[in-house]
Amino acid sequence: MAPMKILVAAKRVVDYSVRVRLTPDRTGIASDGVKMSVNPFDEIALEEALRIRERGEATQVVVATVGPPEAESQIRSLLAMGADRGIHVETGRETAPLEVAHVLFRLVQEIGPGLVILGKQAIDDDCGQTGPMLAALWDRPQATYVSKLTLSEGRVQAVREVDHGLETVELVLPAVITTDLRLNTPRFIKMPDIMKARQKPLEKRPFDGFGLDLPRLTVEAYLPPPEREAGLRLESVAELVTRLHDRGVL
Amino acid sequence: MTEADRLRYDVLVIGAGPAGLACALTLKREKPELSVAVLEKAASLGAHSLSGAVIEPAWVDRLLPGWRDDPLDIQVPVSRDRFAWLSHGRAFRLPTPPQMHNAGNWIVSLGALVRRLGAAAESAGVEIFPGFAATQPLWDRAGALAGVRVGDLGRTREGAPGPNFSPGVEVRAGVTVLAEGCRGSLSRTLIRHFGLDQGKSPQTYALGLKELWQLPPGRTVPGSVLHTVGWPLPTDLYGGGFVYHLDRDRLAIGFVVGLDYEDPDFSPFEAFQQFKHHPGLVGLFEGGEILSAGARTLIEGGYPALPTLEMPGGLLVGDAAGTLNVPKIKGVHMALGSGIRAALHLIQNGGPEGFDQNFRHSEAGRELWRVRNIRPGFRAGLWVGLANAAVETVTGGRVPWTLTNADDWRSLKPRGPVPRPHRRYRTRILPPADRLAFVDLAALHHEENQPVHLQVADPALCVSQCSARFGNPCTRFCPAGVYEIVTDAGGSRLQINAANCVHCKACDIKDPYELITWVPPEGGSGPNYANL
Repeated sequence: MAPMKILVAAKRVVDYSVRVRLTPDRTGIASDGVKMSVNPFDEIALEEALRIRERGEATQVVVATVGPPEAESQIRSLLAMGADRGIHVETGRETAPLEVAHVLFRLVQEIGPGLVILGKQAIDDDCGQTGPMLAALWDRPQATYVSKLTLSEGRVQAVREVDHGLETVELVLPAVITTDLRLNTPRFIKMPDIMKARQKPLEKRPFDGFGLDLPRLTVEAYLPPPEREAGLRLESVAELVTRLHDRGVL
Repeated sequence: MTEADRLRYDVLVIGAGPAGLACALTLKREKPELSVAVLEKAASLGAHSLSGAVIEPAWVDRLLPGWRDDPLDIQVPVSRDRFAWLSHGRAFRLPTPPQMHNAGNWIVSLGALVRRLGAAAESAGVEIFPGFAATQPLWDRAGALAGVRVGDLGRTREGAPGPNFSPGVEVRAGVTVLAEGCRGSLSRTLIRHFGLDQGKSPQTYALGLKELWQLPPGRTVPGSVLHTVGWPLPTDLYGGGFVYHLDRDRLAIGFVVGLDYEDPDFSPFEAFQQFKHHPGLVGLFEGGEILSAGARTLIEGGYPALPTLEMPGGLLVGDAAGTLNVPKIKGVHMALGSGIRAALHLIQNGGPEGFDQNFRHSEAGRELWRVRNIRPGFRAGLWVGLANAAVETVTGGRVPWTLTNADDWRSLKPRGPVPRPHRRYRTRILPPADRLAFVDLAALHHEENQPVHLQVADPALCVSQCSARFGNPCTRFCPAGVYEIVTDAGGSRLQINAANCVHCKACDIKDPYELITWVPPEGGSGPNYANL
């Protein structure tokens, strides 16, 4: 088998333990002092890539992100987890899935990976579009929501979590995989590996250098979900019947 | 253990708070060839930092030149400074005690300051490791402190290695600087091991709770500072509230209670929530939203309780030692100052020897000595305490006596003989409704299936003795609702909701039988405070 590279895409997001809140003027998500992390599904994607490499089925794992300068700390932690090198495409603004898919497609053309693994969605906007869009641009097969992955002879067998249960598909490499929660449990980062990660190659490129000119969605407003009204505690069934009558339910 | 599992540094700092980062940054700036690392149990810098905080800026100016022109997430100059005594229905302005004058001081978020200090330290070449908790000391052959063991990750509740188990590493260092903050678990182990508290007054603590609010436009007076005593506390309970008006319609409110209180039925959380409902304050909050909330203990023993600050192979800085200035209700400048002093001492002397005397004879040490009798004076109640504070202030602490503290865990009185005070608490309308809602605002992360990090030496005693005698005060003093007594078919037992823990350490201090020991959970566990 020819030496295979794996490209993993990751996004910096508000940590899942943080309760997301709008800015007072409601033009975006409040980020002051809020904990930021690697999108958990992307950690699963990297973990799977590392396991494939550790089994000798791949030779190199490249991790890429599109994000603000601060995303360097997320890509460093992915390097500490075990990725061999990183590419940080820097931009100061929000990017849409289509833009990220185009950037990844360019990287795919440069790197020539046998497999691209992404999280099934980012936990901030929950779009779930970047992987499928990349597969379409690249014109290669894709398996989304994958909970089990097996490689053999230039093919990959993937078990997908779908609404009616599990679906097993087989794809010819190169291919795009997006990961579901049950695929694996990512490893903890070890202290010595954090230091090693500081020496690993991390390439920075300006997003604008990709010269993308794509139609973009404009967000007109953000609104918090409507608050649920408090319930009533009633003393008896009779009172309940009366209340329902009053509201014209009965 | 393989050689790769060991890491070695010239200086290892435990805790990325103001003291630890000031020390690490100063070391690296003054002597770049030193290798310096900082371990931090929080998942990210500042995530476990909680303070008022009105700070004296001199040390920040020194450590972060230009910080005034590149503001932190919260950084507002104090514009107005008031001190009030609250009755149930009214507020009476008192003259502001001289130590509490804040002209030239700044209201900041300690979390934001810590992030800035951390970035400066990293660019100076300090290696900072957030998400790694120091759990045990390492010794050299002569019995000196030689570094720490970092806790394992991925153990199951029963303690067995789980599927993604990752054993902790040993980090060795020529000098280990303990900068864990108030009631640091490793500091406590070392203070006991080396007898650093021998001949000192018992230590005393307080518990502080804080919320950061986003208010409807136009209600705040940026830079306005209010400190209160009185309601809802009885006069024999030391403590009070603070209200700091920030910019961008934000406001920080908090409440601090001395943990030497006697009433086992007292709940610091309820007192804080009642304070918000005082008629002079409640109107501020309606329609507002809480951005972040949390709790942390403060160390208040001051000079008489200050342990010996040095030990073979290590030294104590900041609130791990207890450098908080109680009358000023400020600790950040002391933490920064003691960290800087420790760094300079290590560079000049090559080791910890002599640091204790160095600190005590410094301006910071004298500052603590002058106010040493003020906090203990409040053991006789609010009014005697204030009168004593006035005398101590006028004399500059040059009185021929030194008052002492008592252990906080001994101060609770059994339920029977103490008549339950009538508190005239109000029906609350403001969030959070209860402690679970409060904890939700701390953005906790805690892997549930890990060993319980709140170790109770004899859980049977909780129901066999404590229930009858004190009514299980842990179920009230914990601001996060970690402790519950549950009754089922098998009888009553203590249930520990460890995943709620905000790492305040109140249980380790206040439990009347000294049964509870707080040990660090998996690195990265605990609150994720946003700018507290």
